[in-house]
Amino acid sequence: MSEKREITLTINGRSYAVRVDPRRTLVDTIRDECGQTGTHIGCEHGVCGACTVLLDGEPVRSCLMFAVQAEGRQIRTVEGLAQGDKLHPLQQAFIDHHGLQCGFCTPGFLMLAAGVLEREPDISDEDLLDVLSSNLCRCTGYENIVKSVRAAAAKMTAARR
Amino acid sequence: MTAPSNKWIGQSVGRLEDPPLVRGHGRYAGDISFPHQLHMRVVRSNHAHGRIVAIDTAAARALPGVVAVWTASDIADVPAIDFREGKIPALDPYRQPVLAADKVRYVGEPVAAVFASDPYVAEDAADLVTIEVEELPILLAAEDPPGEFSPGRDTEASIIRQGYGDVDAVFRTAPIVVELELAIGRHSGVPLEARGAIGRFDASRNLLELHGAAKVPHRIKELLSRMLGLTPSSIQVHEAHVGGGFGIRGELYPEDVLVCVASMRLGRPVKWIEDRREHLIAANHSRQQLHKIRAAVDTEGRILAIDDRYFHDQGAYVRTHAARVVHMTAGILPGPYRVPAYRAVGHFRLTNKTPAATYRAPGRYETTFVRERLIDAVAVKLGIDPNEVRRRNAISKDEMPYHRPLEALGEEIEHDSGDYVGLMDKLIAALEWDKLKATLARRRAAGEAVGAGFAMFIEKSGLGPADGVRIEVDTSGAVELITGGASIGQGFETVMAQVCAEALGVDYRQVRVTHGQTDRIAFGIGAHASRATVMTASATHNGALKLRAKAIEMAASLMQAPPDALDIVDGKVVHRDRPSGPSMTLGEIARHLEPTSKTLGDREPGLSAEGWFRVKHQVYPYGLHFAVVKVDRETGGVVIERYAIAYDIGRAINPALVRGQIVGGFAQGLGGALMEEFTYNERGDPLATTFADYLLPTVKETPKIEVLLREDYVSPLNPLGIKGAGESGVTGVGAAIASAIDDAIGIPGAVTQLPVTPQRLKQILNGRR
Repeated sequence: MSEKREITLTINGRSYAVRVDPRRTLVDTIRDECGQTGTHIGCEHGVCGACTVLLDGEPVRSCLMFAVQAEGRQIRTVEGLAQGDKLHPLQQAFIDHHGLQCGFCTPGFLMLAAGVLEREPDISDEDLLDVLSSNLCRCTGYENIVKSVRAAAAKMTAARR
Repeated sequence: MTAPSNKWIGQSVGRLEDPPLVRGHGRYAGDISFPHQLHMRVVRSNHAHGRIVAIDTAAARALPGVVAVWTASDIADVPAIDFREGKIPALDPYRQPVLAADKVRYVGEPVAAVFASDPYVAEDAADLVTIEVEELPILLAAEDPPGEFSPGRDTEASIIRQGYGDVDAVFRTAPIVVELELAIGRHSGVPLEARGAIGRFDASRNLLELHGAAKVPHRIKELLSRMLGLTPSSIQVHEAHVGGGFGIRGELYPEDVLVCVASMRLGRPVKWIEDRREHLIAANHSRQQLHKIRAAVDTEGRILAIDDRYFHDQGAYVRTHAARVVHMTAGILPGPYRVPAYRAVGHFRLTNKTPAATYRAPGRYETTFVRERLIDAVAVKLGIDPNEVRRRNAISKDEMPYHRPLEALGEEIEHDSGDYVGLMDKLIAALEWDKLKATLARRRAAGEAVGAGFAMFIEKSGLGPADGVRIEVDTSGAVELITGGASIGQGFETVMAQVCAEALGVDYRQVRVTHGQTDRIAFGIGAHASRATVMTASATHNGALKLRAKAIEMAASLMQAPPDALDIVDGKVVHRDRPSGPSMTLGEIARHLEPTSKTLGDREPGLSAEGWFRVKHQVYPYGLHFAVVKVDRETGGVVIERYAIAYDIGRAINPALVRGQIVGGFAQGLGGALMEEFTYNERGDPLATTFADYLLPTVKETPKIEVLLREDYVSPLNPLGIKGAGESGVTGVGAAIASAIDDAIGIPGAVTQLPVTPQRLKQILNGRR
């Protein structure tokens, strides 16, 4: 096993100096070394999307990256979505439209949708379904997830105008 | 409605669970850690069946960071995983050992356990353990002749028989007999959170704790107590957030026992988090059955008798549920229909595959597929509409309560209430079925492979016999409802808070619902079999009424008013006729009821109450599923164009959550109907070990569905008239889709096996069955 490396991760604007094995995944490091357990692990092979975080604004599977690859990048996780007491429009919409049941896939969906809506605020319904089909949910049957994301998108668009 | 602000039941209020979950503040098993904890990694069998010749753990033990490596001989004093219901002599020999001792019987079976200070090191060490196995013959199909399980004991664990009437006599004289052979594939709940367990032994208090439990914490406590020979009071089980239950999560598995025993023997907390491959080969599978069924009918399509012989593929061991699913199958198969004579013979057989147990709507998903295929076949044989067959055979509302001398979950079946044909007519009207049918016929005539199918089903819910809760109000007026129920993501806290708030007269957001903690309440039923809303909510209702009476009695003496002149509104006791007049808050009343209070008098101290609910029979909610599908003749792919579910829930506490349960259940049923399947090669190697092989529906495959939620027939069996919602969305999906596919491709009876994968459908279309 190679030597542990000292790296600094920037998560939600805060710096975390950690010592990790080069093979340690980003998601394990975010959770175990940085204590941000809102990012979940569902499959560890990049299919379910529960571990989705934003890396320099792009949704990525944090189970498919090593922590050392994320040094110097801006990482955003579900813990960074709300501004103090004020929930992000996506968080509020998931509550308002019963977009979650067990809540395990929710952080991944929130970060996936946040990344996409920031890049493409006027995304078409069809493209949105394409994007959302990259994450798995086992409880909701997706209907209310789609409803939540569309409602949040509309609100975010209205707020910009 | 005199006090609309107090009306919580029947309202789609927001969930109490959500705010922490959307912020990433959930606390699932993987999020729980204790100082100095060890990490466990399980070494699993790579052979489907064989004799263990040798296990070499030396290299693993030598790895820095490894604290211990256990094989069966290290825990020879720990018995096999017990059944929930205790001893069942005929099945006891088929229980799963915590670690395989002499033989391995499926790929994925735990053979050794590695304990290390880091999870990565534990995994490295596990890879260094070598297991030498002498291969034995592999048995992969329950319908094949049984093989040897252990010396002198074959793989047919038992034969389940249920029935009534002289079936043979009916068949001898029946004018028409319809026979089918039908298979249901192997699938399972596959929650997004895999399993996890953390064992912690507190030597200072001589207390063993299991964290990360789910579903049935009090049962797990009992089981551990029996297995480990500890007093129940020296074990506490703690439920955390649970990333999906669906029947499979929360049973007692070998890994749960291992972390408990290891925490005691190694003197450090032990954490185990399952990975996805492990989950798909080691957590309970479900559903797999083959039915050879025949029906005797008269010339009008009235069922005279049903005779079913089925083979239940249990996998390698009998787990905590014992014979529950195979038994339920026999009891529930007749479903909503009058069946004058009935015989079911279930062969409960072991194979060299992952052990099986319950998955949402166990026994009902399977039998609804089988029974409704039979209804379709009868309709074809007689040249009448399948819904006409349903109409002629469904138990009518005038026959309720309808008793049938069969058992489900150990109690005799009694359909409590309902109008099955009435609900079918409502669905047919809502769909504008005659018009839709004509449209589909036109499209088929133009060459499209589109078709529709119905399925009628009954569910069962609210298994008794009892549940109890405790409700306490503190001196600030905050309410705590303590229950041994469990939250598996279904909205349990919100629903219980609504019921409590309604009866007590407070805002539901003022109610903290504490669940799944065995140290907070001595009894609990957990969350399974769609029991929670019926049993726990009824107990909550009763408890809240008692608490209310106690608060009003105390207030009456302080406010010098007769109790029946007082009401509780928004957490305040007020005069009924002068709600804005003098009042007392529940917090103030709680202070007056403190043990040292001068105003306490002879009363029991504390503003608290226990509520119990007891019931003899389960309730039997009912519904219909309806599908329109389009088949791609080139690829064998199936697209769901339209899907509707009609369901009579008696009374919905929170309609939005009920709808959520139904829609979510549907998506799981859809997976089982078209996509999901645990397959094996001829050596018994599991082929579905990742999400790339075991295909869960994504948003792309899951259509928006219509839900016709009715509250027509409240259940007479509980104070709120509730019937339970958790499983109705999944029950009829395989049946309705199979029927719609037959219709779309114009081959009656074409679908005989679930899931209808593109390969299977392509074979049907090519005429190769």
